[in-house]
Amino acid sequence: MNILLKNTLWIAVAVLGASAVSGIALNRGEPINALWFITAALCVYAIGYRFYAAWIATTVLMVDETRATPAERLENGSDFVPTNKWIVFGHHFAAIAGPGPLVGPTLAAQFGYLPGTLWILFGAVLGGCVQDMVTLFLSTRRDAKSLGQMARDELGALGGTAALIATFAIMIILIAVLGLVVVNAMKHSPWATFTVSATIPIAMIVGVYMRYIRVGQVLEASALGVVLLLLAVAGGRVIDESATLRVLFDHEGLTLAWWVMAYGFAAAILPVWLLLAPRDYLSTYMKLGTITLLAVAIILLQPDVKMPAITQFIDGTGPIFGGKLFPFVFITIACGAISGFHALIASGTTPKLLTNERDIRMIGYGGMLLESFVAVMAMIAATVLDPGVFFAINSSAGVVGKEAVDAVAKISSWGYPVTVEQMQLLAQQMGEATLFARTGGAPSLAVGMASIFGSAFGQSMLALWYHFAIMFEAIFILTTLDAGTRVGRFMLQDILGNKWAAMGQTSWLPSVIFTSAVVVSAWGYFLYIGVIDPNGGVNILWPLFGIANQMLAAIALCVATGILVKSDKGKFAFITGAPLLWLIIITSTAAWQKLTSDDIRIGFLAAANDLSSKLTAGLLPPDKAAIAPKLIFNFQLDAVLTVFFVCLLWLIVFDMVRVCVRYFMGKPIPALTESPHIPSRLVEDWVRD
Amino acid sequence: MFKSIKFFWQAIRQLSGDDAYERYLIHYAQHHSADGEPLSKKAFFKQWQDEKWRGVKRCC
Repeated sequence: MNILLKNTLWIAVAVLGASAVSGIALNRGEPINALWFITAALCVYAIGYRFYAAWIATTVLMVDETRATPAERLENGSDFVPTNKWIVFGHHFAAIAGPGPLVGPTLAAQFGYLPGTLWILFGAVLGGCVQDMVTLFLSTRRDAKSLGQMARDELGALGGTAALIATFAIMIILIAVLGLVVVNAMKHSPWATFTVSATIPIAMIVGVYMRYIRVGQVLEASALGVVLLLLAVAGGRVIDESATLRVLFDHEGLTLAWWVMAYGFAAAILPVWLLLAPRDYLSTYMKLGTITLLAVAIILLQPDVKMPAITQFIDGTGPIFGGKLFPFVFITIACGAISGFHALIASGTTPKLLTNERDIRMIGYGGMLLESFVAVMAMIAATVLDPGVFFAINSSAGVVGKEAVDAVAKISSWGYPVTVEQMQLLAQQMGEATLFARTGGAPSLAVGMASIFGSAFGQSMLALWYHFAIMFEAIFILTTLDAGTRVGRFMLQDILGNKWAAMGQTSWLPSVIFTSAVVVSAWGYFLYIGVIDPNGGVNILWPLFGIANQMLAAIALCVATGILVKSDKGKFAFITGAPLLWLIIITSTAAWQKLTSDDIRIGFLAAANDLSSKLTAGLLPPDKAAIAPKLIFNFQLDAVLTVFFVCLLWLIVFDMVRVCVRYFMGKPIPALTESPHIPSRLVEDWVRD
Repeated sequence: MFKSIKFFWQAIRQLSGDDAYERYLIHYAQHHSADGEPLSKKAFFKQWQDEKWRGVKRCC
């Protein structure tokens, strides 16, 4: 293309992007069309990808397309396989995109649509995408080594151990909070409970089908599974309308929590082919299909965003979780802006498939851009609801009161009018008994998605769309729960195996049962506390998860910054150093506030002290007094965990700085472990042809 | 048009692992033809599934 035309085009993209971003930023009081968000996102992504990512790839990383990748050099036909870049992109995206980018933005919408949206856009372009891309590059240059191994080799033993502990801790908290989201979505909802439970036998049918009936016919089996899932969504209505059947699926949160734990334990022990693998197929198709459908529906329908740009809750008094805009919006939205967990996929798994280094930009940077886009859509789905309805669904009974009348009065007094009739009508349309205090993000996202799908594809099926959305979220939350419990089990077996060899055998039944039980009890504990907590539990667990996930991102960025400095690229170290600095600031501030704040909705210790003084003074009603000691212990435990995470973060930061300082002073440091340059035969062949 | 549909279908088959055995047979014929017979479809699929689920494969 003509250079002049190209430049004009990019200037047009920049102008359009800038006007869309300022449009959503400066709009006050009027509803704003969701297309502005989509436009702003696409322009910001295009510019980030075309200019920043391209500059990083060519100038900083200096990707070399003539260099053989691990997939080519170590090809073995099973895990190291040179693969078409679109296929690698598909695998990479399916692996990184989970429920995180859906839940985080929904919760952060309590600050208004603007803070979350800006953080999702700019956090991704300048932070998250860079982290994923650089980690993918570094691992590709190091025989597809994992993040933990790279940390150990390049920084020292401390980094490796920190990465291992951080991964384990995140897994536990992540599973607990996701379990809580599912439990809250199923609580006293026979339809949702039936549909979610039906996904388990359906996965097993699919597993048996492709293992024994039609061996290896993955697509055929998955198609069968998808049809059965849709039938399960529709079948839930029959259960819901039948007086005898509905009691079987109508349960308290606590009962459901025990079932989720029993399920997690079974899933960690059962063979992979029976439950985990088929469930993963189904959740991947559902995820990709529903996200595409949502994008199409938003573009077709162009709904208006009714939430204000900024709400009064930026002062820290928000009903969904306590804490000021800074730093908590950055903690609440981790996945979608920057997620440390991605570094585990970008090292170890994806580089084994990469055919050529030139695709690192598209897969690493581009994959994260797509996840960020999912987060923008979740933000849209949450903010197209009337703000009053949004707060009524997401505020726990502990904050707005148990009775519907009290809740609507309180929420309306904030300036977000809502009525009991409106909520009843909505619940009836969605096929639920009530939508008050359905915390965790999933129900409000499902209502948002149902209203978007309903308006775009037919209003009559609102209840079906609602339960479809719940099923869609639950199925990949349960996949994360299965996969996470199993990974936790393997990690624990690995650690114990160092002391006692038999425990390290991943197939020795006593070891399998023992380690699975330990992992399930660890997350089960937090799930249990979350369910009995009158304030909903998500408000405690989600920030803890955010801090842990951002800490893992900080570890990945430390490894990357350290390697850049060691490779004589110190002047470019800001590409990972700047996001790292930002993460250190927000995680340390958030942790500090979580520990020292006097506000009982923010400070763990303040909450513990407040509750214990009320307990000793006899001010609590008997039901609350009974659970108070458990809640007090949990607050103290959460405080200890927060201290632990922050210490780990600072340790690894100091270790990285130590290596960099020694490098500048010319003292000995761990050598670079980059594998030698071997020319790629794939490229040579291509040139010769 | 037909070509792009074909590419799309192949991409779906490869992403899902539907054609994993076919690709294995091709790889085997190219690299290990001296080592005897390749695995049966059933044995291969079992091994493939077990391998796929080792380590961190899914994220939040």
